[in-house]
Amino acid sequence: MTSDAAAGPLKTTPLHAIARSLGGKLVPFAGWEMPVQFSSVIDEHLAVRQAAGIFDVSHMGEIEVEGQDALALVQRLTCNDASRLADGQAQYTGLLNEQGGFVDDILVYRRAAQRYLLVVNAGNTDKDVAWVLEHARAFRAVEARDASRRYAQIAIQGPRAEAILQGLVPIDLRAIRYYHFAEADVRGARSIVSRTGYTGEDGFEIYGPAEAAEDLFQALLDAGRPLGLVPCGLGARDTLRLEARMPLYGNDLDDTTTPIEAGLGGIVRLAKGEFTGRAVLERQKRDGTARRLAGFEMVDRGIGRHDYPVRHEGRTIGRVTSGTFAPFLKKNIGLAYVPPEHAAIGARFSVVIRERDAAAVVVETPFYRRPQKDGGRSH
Amino acid sequence: MSADGIYPDDLKYTKEHEWLEARDNRATVGVTHYAQAELGDIVYVELPQVGSAVVAGEAFGTVESVKAVSELFAPTSGTVAEVNGALTDKPDAVNRDPYGDGWMIRITMADPKEVDGLMSASQYRKYIEDEAN
Repeated sequence: MTSDAAAGPLKTTPLHAIARSLGGKLVPFAGWEMPVQFSSVIDEHLAVRQAAGIFDVSHMGEIEVEGQDALALVQRLTCNDASRLADGQAQYTGLLNEQGGFVDDILVYRRAAQRYLLVVNAGNTDKDVAWVLEHARAFRAVEARDASRRYAQIAIQGPRAEAILQGLVPIDLRAIRYYHFAEADVRGARSIVSRTGYTGEDGFEIYGPAEAAEDLFQALLDAGRPLGLVPCGLGARDTLRLEARMPLYGNDLDDTTTPIEAGLGGIVRLAKGEFTGRAVLERQKRDGTARRLAGFEMVDRGIGRHDYPVRHEGRTIGRVTSGTFAPFLKKNIGLAYVPPEHAAIGARFSVVIRERDAAAVVVETPFYRRPQKDGGRSH
Repeated sequence: MSADGIYPDDLKYTKEHEWLEARDNRATVGVTHYAQAELGDIVYVELPQVGSAVVAGEAFGTVESVKAVSELFAPTSGTVAEVNGALTDKPDAVNRDPYGDGWMIRITMADPKEVDGLMSASQYRKYIEDEAN
């Protein structure tokens, strides 16, 4: 979890009161007061892997981009190819600076040919809005605006998420494939129902009006409790995403790390044409990079945590960006930037934990992959 | 976090949320109910070797929950006589039973009178109420 840099009073989401009433332990995160846990991080994590969990993620930012040049602006600012999106489809991508580093890692939703929604990290919202607005000036027919306050976002994740949500929506959720969405009236409020998430499980993220969030959250809780649904905090969100090797901005990604270094080459589409940061990524794809983000498992006891040094034969070769006890795998796992020769599966290095070298080995990622329930449909 | 919870009267307590049970010159040490609740799910406990020296007020080990790393501070000086090896495989005993199966080390005390400077259960309860507010 990133440290909290924001000064001044903490912001609260429309679900703050309900989180408090459910016994959520509230902590500062990226300028917001958010629940880190309700019962226990481990119990919440396992509920999402085995049944379902519900998260308030209304702190995330939303930027609406509309107009004839909307696609051109999105294409200019991101490294993935948004022209491949159909209406009702979403894409994970990087908002990159000139050096190919991440301004942010974001989702792009295509609502219509000239209407896009960018979903950005809470702690980056102001920076991203400024970045998008500044670059929008170079385009004639596009309007970009920060819509973050209008939207609440609720994530319902886990193998039973679809069954729980289905009872509350007028659409057939089976028709929504992974990284697709539908716009529908959810309990009377126009919402985006998106089959996406940050846990490695099947599930949905629902973007709706802030004033309708409490009603929906409560309805999902009531419908889901009998099926094992529990409210989850940011603690479980962090361990779930790490088991699934989904990067966290501020830990694994920042202004100085590129998608190639982060092992996210799949979201870099050089063939789409010019975009900010392209020259650096093209060179890195051709020549390689000085460091790679490697997934490791601790061999010795101990947890290699964020910012702990990585050593090989007495020399510091990198740093851990994220590390935790993985509640489902019951192992200590992490991610670290190391030179590519140390990032191969099976390579060994040590993580310096309280001045002692503890052995770790590079392993295949994602650390956790959910079982396919439907004979391998690509989710 | 409230001060609700169990703080046995026959134990002594520190400001760093350790408890100590003294019997003659032998002291058993662990962390309090309040400490384990604040930490959350405990997944790793690092304890000293038997025979090593501990100094009152100084770190003797580490406890890690999923989210946090926290040092353990010795309530009294002496020599480590015994460590709870069961915590290696079952660190969650600290959450489940902080005063029983979750005990951490036994110390042969250099000066059993040192214990008199620690808080009683009622003093400790007052201390965490103040800390929570």
